[in-house]
Amino acid sequence: MKQQQKIAEAGIAGPKVRSDCYVKLELTEKGGVRINLDSKVKSMYGSSIEQLCRNEIEFFGIDNIKLTLKDAGALPFTISARLEAAVKQISDTGKEFIPDMIDENKYPPVRDRFRFSRLYLPGNNPKMMLNAGVHNPDGIILDLEDSVAPAKKMEARLLVRNALRQVNFYGSERMVRINQLPDGLEDLKYIIPHNVHVVLVPKCENASQIKQVEEEISNLIKKHKIIQEVFLMPIIETALGVEKAFEIASASENIVALAIGLEDLTADLGVVRTNEATETLFARTRLVNACKAAGIQAIDSVFSDVGDMEGLRQSVKISRSLGFEGMGCIHPRQISIIHECFAPSKEEIEKAQKIMDVFYTAKEKGLGVIALGSKMIDLPVVKRAEKTINLAVKLGLIPETRNP
Amino acid sequence: MPETKLTKNAAGRSVPMEINGKPVVPYEGVGKHIAAGVKHSPKIYSCKDFPSDGNKRVGTLKEALKKAGLKDGMTVSTHHHFRNGDMLANQLFDIAKEMGVKDLRWFPSASFPCHEHLIQYLEDGTIHHIEGSMNGALGRFASQGKMKGVGVLRSHGGRYQAVQDGEVKIDIAVIGAACADPFGNANGLYGDSATGLLGFALADSQYADKVIVVTDNMVTFPCVPWQIQGNYVDYTVEVNKLGDPEKIISGTTRITKSPDRLLLAEITAKFCDETGIIHDGFSFQSGAGGTSLAVGEFFKKIMQKKGIKARFARGGSNKYLVSMLEEGLIDYILDGQTFDMEGIRSMAENPGHVRTSPFTSYNYHGKGNFAGMVDVAILGATEVDVNFNANVVTHSDGYLLHGIGGWQNCLFSKTVILPIPLFRDRIPVVVDEVTTLCGPGELIDVIVTERGIAVNPLRTDLLEKLKGSDLPVKSINELKDEAEKICGKPEKAHFDDQIIAVVKWVDGTVLDVVRKVR
Repeated sequence: MKQQQKIAEAGIAGPKVRSDCYVKLELTEKGGVRINLDSKVKSMYGSSIEQLCRNEIEFFGIDNIKLTLKDAGALPFTISARLEAAVKQISDTGKEFIPDMIDENKYPPVRDRFRFSRLYLPGNNPKMMLNAGVHNPDGIILDLEDSVAPAKKMEARLLVRNALRQVNFYGSERMVRINQLPDGLEDLKYIIPHNVHVVLVPKCENASQIKQVEEEISNLIKKHKIIQEVFLMPIIETALGVEKAFEIASASENIVALAIGLEDLTADLGVVRTNEATETLFARTRLVNACKAAGIQAIDSVFSDVGDMEGLRQSVKISRSLGFEGMGCIHPRQISIIHECFAPSKEEIEKAQKIMDVFYTAKEKGLGVIALGSKMIDLPVVKRAEKTINLAVKLGLIPETRNP
Repeated sequence: MPETKLTKNAAGRSVPMEINGKPVVPYEGVGKHIAAGVKHSPKIYSCKDFPSDGNKRVGTLKEALKKAGLKDGMTVSTHHHFRNGDMLANQLFDIAKEMGVKDLRWFPSASFPCHEHLIQYLEDGTIHHIEGSMNGALGRFASQGKMKGVGVLRSHGGRYQAVQDGEVKIDIAVIGAACADPFGNANGLYGDSATGLLGFALADSQYADKVIVVTDNMVTFPCVPWQIQGNYVDYTVEVNKLGDPEKIISGTTRITKSPDRLLLAEITAKFCDETGIIHDGFSFQSGAGGTSLAVGEFFKKIMQKKGIKARFARGGSNKYLVSMLEEGLIDYILDGQTFDMEGIRSMAENPGHVRTSPFTSYNYHGKGNFAGMVDVAILGATEVDVNFNANVVTHSDGYLLHGIGGWQNCLFSKTVILPIPLFRDRIPVVVDEVTTLCGPGELIDVIVTERGIAVNPLRTDLLEKLKGSDLPVKSINELKDEAEKICGKPEKAHFDDQIIAVVKWVDGTVLDVVRKVR
């Protein structure tokens, strides 16, 4: 036992705090478990909150303790994570108090799926997690890295673990961004057993980092007898990472995409980040090329001005024109614009349909040369048109094509 | 507290037969209560008793109150156009306290957090009870059972009805006005304390026994336009400052930035579009809440895209609504409460920006009103239950925290939509049974939440139109179950027997009670 520490705190309290709580534990010599509950929802959930705390304290084998809980409407998964974070400061228990996995969250990962939008959420902020799925992003990233203060890393791991089990993701791809290695390897213990679909590896600069992550994941998979795959999305955020993009992209079969992080990259390059992003044109095209060569998706950075929807629209259009197939978002209102701009436009679909029509007609007639109007159409053009049509069908923009 | 005799009203709620010693009628159902009798008749006055030069000025408000005969047990009214910047109501009761007057009934059209100042007078007996919204600290005070009498909560239309029908006889009306002349003509348009309208004081001016107009901008006769007619006014008073302009402008008139609320607004607008509610020449109720404003912005986009316009928007005006008026997307704003400087400017200069009152818009005991003519009203609620009943005055913990405003009156619009979150923090908003019934479910058509839309089964026409739509239509019970799944099933709030306030329906009958929180 960590005998030296008798008092522990976790979580947060204050007038602006909502859907979160603050826990203070004081180990005592006697007196049993004493709970002092101050909750906004005491009249509605007071006794169930107290019961939850008692169960958890008993689970950790603590007999005498004083618990002070200041609750601003936190859901049980949050209260329980905060309490566990405090317990782990005063006890060296290896046990984890894990809530049930809700049925809605049991869907498996899918390798080939759209990753137009992926919404970053600070891993230690329960409030923002609750409705994230309702905004319908393709993926939700619970972030353990930059958005979590160094002192709060352990709290965040427990909260993210509980959120993976209890917060409905509404079908979004379930992602976690771990910390830079080696801390990131420790993070994996708290997420791999909980149906995480994609692990985002930050500041990736070489294939061996991927190998380390993979090794730890495969250990955990064996230990927890997990049958499904866990995919990886390395994030390239340095000049060196850009140079090594292909090596990283092809480092593992489980890599489904590379993402680029422009905030750190521009800092590394010593340039100012602009909305037009010409300063990172090389890095981005290099990354796209590496991804296409490795047969995976290229994902662009976030657009950080959440108030500028027109700027976002332009940025997505450029992104798409460079070959990116998705983009990060830091605000739910960015999602629909990103989806709209990555989806093929009406004109693009119509043109593709015309090309395919001409192609099939020519094929039927056994013609060698195909033309649309005065323009000759060669095979790559047909392939691209086919891709556009498939994308439009998958997005539900047009019905299943009538052609074979 | 004397034993209160209770009866079950048509909504199944136990309500008293008597409030503050006067008999009342329990709620009988929507449109069931038969109004009878004649309207309240104020005394006849004669010009010979008023200054022939029209100068009704007196030196101070205290002097005016003395002349008006302020004494124990009287009913004194104020309006809430100054919102949280109001300085008049507090001054008024400071004076009453100085004069040693007791047991007054304060009859505001609404109260605001700035009126926390009055708690001391509720405690020392200067004020007996409040009939009007009790928000924030006043609500908390009342909820703890500390007010001497029982509070009465009415809608804006219900307040007009109560005055008109003689249910509430106002002894002295104190009407603050941004601009007035010595005769008593007054408006809210010009001056440092501009509020735009003065409609909430209309009934007070028409029916109160004594009327005092107070202004910080006295102009030479005539003060035009006269929103309040000097012919009703007994005394006029000039003061240094009526209100704090920064707080008169409502803090609520900014479009929400919350992604969750924006989503609610977007779904609501989409619903209105898909069901054909948004059509050329339609009309809508516009509130000042962040979500309601955002709905307006989404309406705007849809109207621009379709090249159509609305005939009128009625409700609170603000810069967003004004921009729609000026861009030709709305023919008229029928303004009931001006929320910002743009609203005030537009009302002063645009003939399409029309002032209304609780009489024209809301009064149920009249020959019709405007609220019923509106195609769609987007309103809020603290709770909605599985029978579509809604609550706007209390929270699930039982505390009285909001007024009814025009909410009940707007329920008579052709389609009523409540965009509300399924839960707030851990507090479910869609529940088994509302804590306090403010609006009968039969008048509430659609609940829009971020997790699905529930349409009242009575609205088969809307359900028909939604066939084939990709909007997430669910039953209200499904929504309630989802809220409970996320938050847990709440324990019921515990109440004392003591009734601290009653909720009146638009026809003056008693719809529900609010009890002391344990």
